[in-house]
Amino acid sequence: MGSEAGLFARQTETATIRSRRIFGLRPGEFLRKLLIEALLVLGAVAVLLPLVWMLSTSLKTMGQVGVYPIQWMPDPVMWSNYPEALSTIDFALYTWNTVKVTFAGMAGVLISCSLAAYGFSRFRAPGLNVMFLLLLSTIMLPSQVTLIPVYIMFSKLKWVDTLKPLIIPSFFGNPYDIFLLRQFFMTIPLEMDDAARIDGCNPLQTFWHVIVPMAKPALGTVAIFHFMYGWNDFFNPLIYLHHRENWTLALGLQGFRQVYSTDTNLLMAASFVAALPCILLFFFAQRRFIQGVVISGVKG
Amino acid sequence: MERTQRFRMTPARREALWAYGLISPWIIGFLIFTVAPMVTSFAMAFMEYNVIQPARWIGGANYRNLTIDPLFWQSVKVTFTFAGMSLIPSLAAGLVLAMLLNAEIPGLSVWRTLYYLPSIIQGVPVAILWGFVFNKRFGVLNWALALFGIKGPGWLASPQWALPALAIMSLWGVGGGMILYLAGLQGVPTTLYDAAKVDGANGWHRFWKVTLPMISPVIFYNLVMGTIGTFQYFTNAYVMTDGGPDYATWFYNLYLYRNAFYYSKMGYASALAWVLFLFVLLLTLLIFKSSAAWVYYEGQLKGGRG
Repeated sequence: MGSEAGLFARQTETATIRSRRIFGLRPGEFLRKLLIEALLVLGAVAVLLPLVWMLSTSLKTMGQVGVYPIQWMPDPVMWSNYPEALSTIDFALYTWNTVKVTFAGMAGVLISCSLAAYGFSRFRAPGLNVMFLLLLSTIMLPSQVTLIPVYIMFSKLKWVDTLKPLIIPSFFGNPYDIFLLRQFFMTIPLEMDDAARIDGCNPLQTFWHVIVPMAKPALGTVAIFHFMYGWNDFFNPLIYLHHRENWTLALGLQGFRQVYSTDTNLLMAASFVAALPCILLFFFAQRRFIQGVVISGVKG
Repeated sequence: MERTQRFRMTPARREALWAYGLISPWIIGFLIFTVAPMVTSFAMAFMEYNVIQPARWIGGANYRNLTIDPLFWQSVKVTFTFAGMSLIPSLAAGLVLAMLLNAEIPGLSVWRTLYYLPSIIQGVPVAILWGFVFNKRFGVLNWALALFGIKGPGWLASPQWALPALAIMSLWGVGGGMILYLAGLQGVPTTLYDAAKVDGANGWHRFWKVTLPMISPVIFYNLVMGTIGTFQYFTNAYVMTDGGPDYATWFYNLYLYRNAFYYSKMGYASALAWVLFLFVLLLTLLIFKSSAAWVYYEGQLKGGRG
């Protein structure tokens, strides 16, 4: 009986406390969170302002672009800026080149890095640890140190002004992704490999039927980050691709900017369309992005 | 007898063969794209080579010329100044944002998405966008400043403001750092904060004595990568300012690119690349050395860290 009375007392107590609460929070706590939300809103406005301005500007007439103070709502809305921007430069061709470079490179990175990571994480061999240390030591190596001889080599091979220098090297792995995948493969229980081996799988079959399905998150991260790199890379296309028919979007946009530097609205439209695949990818694979940043950052 | 023994396929040998088979693409790539070019580049730094005429050995002349090249020193100055101007504010902003987001507020994932979104737009599109953001007359930055009664400068057109402008622009990518710090903050055990509270530490103390030490490895990592990244800074400098005005944004990597691919001074550019390598190595070592004093690893207590 006593316990029942105690329970009742406690219930009224919580009720009175709750009555002094706002959204279930003590007033002080509520105020603190309100302040934080307010700060976050302010920050978000500042961060998103350039983006909103980009979209707004891309839909204005050139006359409106120069109007001050800024007219945020374009009037009239110039949807025609988009087709005009995309036909001013050979947008379709540049996109196609970019797609080829990005996806061929992605295939190369995924195949070569996952196999190498498999080799490093699942097999014992004399000297393999030394090899892995060598691999790690090249992660921090600035690409400039190898840039010029590699360029000369490609030019001797007559590969300059083809897409090959942008694609072929990715089939030889890179230390960063090999390391990232190896770290992930290490977390897959060895028992799974053993089970596959007992079932008669050779190492390649084990890789395909056990490791790859288990490592999809890590492989997805590598694929996404390579997409972002391949799609946006400017330096390598700049030094390797000279003729317009080989240009990627990055070069096409830069060429556009050089010739039509005053057509702010068209340049904004073209830039937005060029960045759109990355934005869409982000919205569809947001979790992978966030995890990718964390994995590559904290573990790297 | 030696022969037959060597070619017997024991399970250990079979395993080793598989291992090296699997990593062989990387080994080949390592030799073709890293080892051989490094050796060549090292030698080329002692030569004069313009691709058309055969290379000529000139000893240490490239390195000697570097020391008296005002454009080289300008590029070093610009790069280091920019590192200070962009890394520290980015670090602070990323940390503050992460701490705000870590306060158990509603809508965490929405905020995270919003703040990370700008980091998704990279390369030339972002350079074009910000080229206009900094426009003196109709740019959105000067519009925003005017709301506070500040008359904005000509940013990219001004030798004084061009580099700070690029630093402001780098703040736009604060979302990546924010996510890292947030992950770090979420890994700090709440028991530590409770213990600090019991000991009477206020919020400020808790930040300096608990939060900061616990996430110092993440800060450390970001600092190393950021410093290295500054030496590779290229696209924005090339597209937005082309090193100008008056060499105000004459970044190291831009100068290297110019020497190699404008002036065809491959030897001189190779020397620049090795000096860059030295800078990166020294800075990384410096940060690593100093890290013993200020980076706190959980593993120091528990022994061994993932």
